[in-house]
Amino acid sequence: MRDAGTGPYRAIFAARFLMMLQYRAAALAGIATQFWFGGIMVMALSAFYTEGGGSASITRAEAITYIWLGQAFLGLLPWNVDPEIAVMMRTGNVAYERLRPVDTYFYWFARAMAWRTAATLLRAIPLLLVTSVVFDWVGLGAWSLQPPQSGTALALFLLSMVAVVLLSSALTTLLNISVVWTISGQGINVFTNSLVLILSGMVIPLPLFPDWAHLMLLLQPLAGLVDIPYRIYFAHLSGAEAIAGIALQIFWTMLFIGLGHLCMTRTMRRIQIQGG
Amino acid sequence: MGALGLYGRYAMASIKGQLNYPASFVLLTIGQFLSTIVEFIGIAALFSRFQSLGEWTLAQVALFYGTVNIAFAVADMISRGFDVFGPLFVKTGEFDRLLLRPRATPLQLLGYELRLMRLGRLLQGVLVLAIAVSRLDLAWGLAETALLLAAVAGGVAFLLGLVVLQATLAFWTVESLEVANTLTYGGVAAAQYPLEIYHNWFRQFFTFVVPLSCVAYFPIVGILGIDDPLGAPRWFLYLSPLFGFVFLAMALIAWRLGERRYASTGS
Repeated sequence: MRDAGTGPYRAIFAARFLMMLQYRAAALAGIATQFWFGGIMVMALSAFYTEGGGSASITRAEAITYIWLGQAFLGLLPWNVDPEIAVMMRTGNVAYERLRPVDTYFYWFARAMAWRTAATLLRAIPLLLVTSVVFDWVGLGAWSLQPPQSGTALALFLLSMVAVVLLSSALTTLLNISVVWTISGQGINVFTNSLVLILSGMVIPLPLFPDWAHLMLLLQPLAGLVDIPYRIYFAHLSGAEAIAGIALQIFWTMLFIGLGHLCMTRTMRRIQIQGG
Repeated sequence: MGALGLYGRYAMASIKGQLNYPASFVLLTIGQFLSTIVEFIGIAALFSRFQSLGEWTLAQVALFYGTVNIAFAVADMISRGFDVFGPLFVKTGEFDRLLLRPRATPLQLLGYELRLMRLGRLLQGVLVLAIAVSRLDLAWGLAETALLLAAVAGGVAFLLGLVVLQATLAFWTVESLEVANTLTYGGVAAAQYPLEIYHNWFRQFFTFVVPLSCVAYFPIVGILGIDDPLGAPRWFLYLSPLFGFVFLAMALIAWRLGERRYASTGS
């Protein structure tokens, strides 16, 4: 790699970010879908809390907040391969990626980061606004997104969300690299999406799983995508626990970046280019 | 050749095509199985924490869940042609070719593809249903078995009707409207729990506007042999799956109307 600083990476980030912002109609459809699914989940959880026995370590309002944050930031989940990269592999255009005087890994990392964040930005803001403010106005206060527990919780949450973006981009890049072997991204998607959904806390909040599973669920890398930041938000993790949570996110991110960089170097050395 | 025979030929051709890539078929099917079973794992985990959902037990909810998943898997398997109708048929003008053939267009679209990977969801639904049946102490007489089959058949008809309506919209909008997926996927997600747990307006929407509850809630209550907490009379529980077919018939009428105003976009 030539010494070009971070310029090229920032450039690809900006270019791709702006391009992704064009998909406004898709974002609108996405928002409607997410309200719907979030609403079903909220109603079902409410019924469990109010009509079921047993007890949970998070309250009903906290669980609902968890659900809405999850729907708002759904776009950040690393559940699929970048379709453009899959096309690149199939057509052989990936050869051009090798010609650029930049580190291909970080180039793809910046791409992944722009892809995930732009898609999320369009959806998150309306979802957060409606579930926190409008729900109260229209008398759905019991289903609304609660404000963060304190200023400190908010600051730590934002820090943890930055870690989510990095962790998700590292995992996305790793998925993208795997397409070098499989050519089509489809096969990988079907497996990663179920794993990511259940282990991150999207299917149900991780604290609602049986108590014996909690430690394992917290330590596995996918908790850093959903569970850790949201529990910091309502101070279910606070103080030293919150710091440890963020440290755990950073640990997994570094590990996946290292692994991804290694895989990229290995595969690109012996890559076979399709097409002619 | 009758419509059924023709559909059989279409289906065989599609299956043969997909089995040319056996590894891909197996992987996609397993993937479908996994990505749907996680939903049930989530529900089971909630039951292990909260013990019950009001009056409902896990085994009862599994019966709702399994039935609607089986119906959705089958409907999704056969409805691919309607699913891609906007972008692949209207936008390209390809629909003209369907109109030239001396067969009903819905039949040709049903024959477009039989998506085998949906076997993953089907398998999952059957598994959950089997768990439910083995854990519930139900009297399985002729009436209950018939009601279960009617619920599945009515469910397939209802969900197919939704997809047909979504495709019908493409006669006007050309593009297919992704928002309509909210009703199919979202409806199925909702019907995995008994309708009784939801908010009143939500229940009414899914009974009187979109009759999802007639194929996914009322017949199952009938099988469970309990009094409907929503107060539907016993005879209605047995009659309700019919509304799935009524809905499909209405969707097909809408389709005919749309077809009549179709103007080709092709050249």
